[in-house]
Amino acid sequence: MLKLEVRPQPSRWMSFASPLLALLITVAIGIVLFLLLGKDPLRGLQMFFVEPVKSLYALSELSVKATPLILIALGLAVCFRSNIWNIGAEGQYVVGALAAGWVAMQAGPGLDWMGRGIVVPILLAGVLGGMVWAAIVALLRDRFNANEILVSLMLVYVAQLLLGYLVYGPWKDPHGYNFPQTITFLPVTKIPRLASGMRANIGVFITLAAVAAFWAFLFRTYRGFQLQVGGLAPAAARYAGFSSRAALWTALLLSGGMAGLAGGLEAAGPLGQLTPYVPAGYGFAAIIVAFVGRLHPVGIVFSGVLMSMFYIGGELAQSRLGLPKSLTGVFQGLLLFSLLGCDTLIFYRLRFRHAAAAAAAPGRVTAVAKEA
Amino acid sequence: MDGFALLIAATLNAGTVLAIAGLGLLINERAGIVNLGAEGLMLVGAIAGFAAAVHTGSDWLAFGAGALSGALLSAAFGVLVIWLNTNQYASGLALSLFGAGFSAFAGIHYTQEKLGPRPSFHIPGLADIPFIGPALFRQHPMVYLTIALTLALAWFLYRSRAGLVLRAVGESPESAHALGYPVRRIRLLAVMFGGALCGLAGAYLSTVYTPLWVEGMVAGKGWIALALTTFATWRPARVLLGAYLFGGVTMLQFYLQGQGVEIASQFLSMLPYLATIVVLVLISRNAGWIRANMPASLGKPFFPGS
Repeated sequence: MLKLEVRPQPSRWMSFASPLLALLITVAIGIVLFLLLGKDPLRGLQMFFVEPVKSLYALSELSVKATPLILIALGLAVCFRSNIWNIGAEGQYVVGALAAGWVAMQAGPGLDWMGRGIVVPILLAGVLGGMVWAAIVALLRDRFNANEILVSLMLVYVAQLLLGYLVYGPWKDPHGYNFPQTITFLPVTKIPRLASGMRANIGVFITLAAVAAFWAFLFRTYRGFQLQVGGLAPAAARYAGFSSRAALWTALLLSGGMAGLAGGLEAAGPLGQLTPYVPAGYGFAAIIVAFVGRLHPVGIVFSGVLMSMFYIGGELAQSRLGLPKSLTGVFQGLLLFSLLGCDTLIFYRLRFRHAAAAAAAPGRVTAVAKEA
Repeated sequence: MDGFALLIAATLNAGTVLAIAGLGLLINERAGIVNLGAEGLMLVGAIAGFAAAVHTGSDWLAFGAGALSGALLSAAFGVLVIWLNTNQYASGLALSLFGAGFSAFAGIHYTQEKLGPRPSFHIPGLADIPFIGPALFRQHPMVYLTIALTLALAWFLYRSRAGLVLRAVGESPESAHALGYPVRRIRLLAVMFGGALCGLAGAYLSTVYTPLWVEGMVAGKGWIALALTTFATWRPARVLLGAYLFGGVTMLQFYLQGQGVEIASQFLSMLPYLATIVVLVLISRNAGWIRANMPASLGKPFFPGS
């Protein structure tokens, strides 16, 4: 008989192995899925794991997808570590893109003195936009005790509709043949690229700097420590006098700002204008990135790259194998599901025991409820 | 006046989607489990139901397919959170993300499909009363069944022994376990019941309410249904009333547009989401009141022997 037994202490080894195990399970299910769909599973896996890293150009495309995912996931990791469930990063991303896009649209003769420097206020506007959207969540939670999961999620729909209103209405390009889109931003506002002919831009460096900054914040600052104690043991944090309100605001503003930054980079980078297709699901996928990356900045880099491979693999599977692009979403969901299941093995171990032995020693299973 | 009667009829119809899902989640949460996967369950139920309706032409088989898919998918969630003690919030989110991806994937060939002519319903006699008839008595049978379900669940929770056990499991799983009740099996059943109703709500949405399949068509109704359980302080009749209220808010945008109100349609479409936030703020302001009504071990894992 298979039984779960609590480990004396969480397994460090399993916490590294669990994401890999989850990936293996996802790949295994993927192979079955490819077979069911009558496709060669090797070709399928190639689309997801070989093609996205095959050339410099492919790697550049990978970075375009990984940048927003990692940036958003860094902020979410702080939230989730503080036990604050901001799941509306998608909305904060959209509002960040709106704010950044608004600044980009102001570029013109009057602002020529800024030169390429205009990219800075564009990105700052993105950060600010995301922060404002997240601040609504923080305010309603702080003042009225409103559940942050539901509020942040409802605001995603509001942000998307706001974007729709602007690109169908006041911000619509007057010379755009009535398409719902803004003007194409001037070249001067474009996020500088790393090399011509590739879409990878300086967002890569911003992301790496953010990874280092978040690592330092979480593990080397007092505020970061306070946040994590608040998440793991609220009572202990209260006893130590750590303000849960400060934690709430810090976590939400940080994650909102990061999602807004990602939105700004996307709007003034690969997109170059605002359309109803700004929301690409990065805000939701980043939730998976954060968990698969163990809510650790360095882990998030790996999981962010992995998730980008899923995105690109899905696009390739569509164009080359004729499979729907939504396969990406299926694999993303499966990955998080398997990860959560595998994570059980960090706190528990599997034991084979005979039913008789189990009956003889019922007291041996002493469980400590796992921390949320 | 006719327009107003139609508004009431549409409100009941829209509210029924929310009510079915909300009632399922209510039972789910009464057993102590929060299922943030409602949105994903509704999406999977919507495509399962729509596909069944396309192939069989029967609404009732569509409802069955939706409920079955919801129950199966939520069983996977249930095993994770009940036996493997995974975090309920994270697992529910995983279910929502998976459901969104899977329904889009499975539904790719159904976006162009149309269902046959929709039958209309009349309750003989009552449907012909002026105003009241078109407003109340020309609905799909599911609208009336949902009202019956609300009464049945209220009776179950407060008047039956099984309901008492269910509530005990949600309030204090340790005590229920000590009394010899199979806490984890009861929780799994409650989760599967909740999943089945979410799937049914999705199927009603895609086969009766809309009726068509579009990727992501649930558009937050699963989350609004989750919010409803809180608004209703976990009581069936209040879930139903809340659902009609939100159905009304959803319909208000079309009504206002029909009246030629000069507001961009996007702002009108925001109404249900903004209303959810506003009501959530009003209700949650009194933290003690929420705490007093909430199942005491909601969202907390239970591991027998701890």
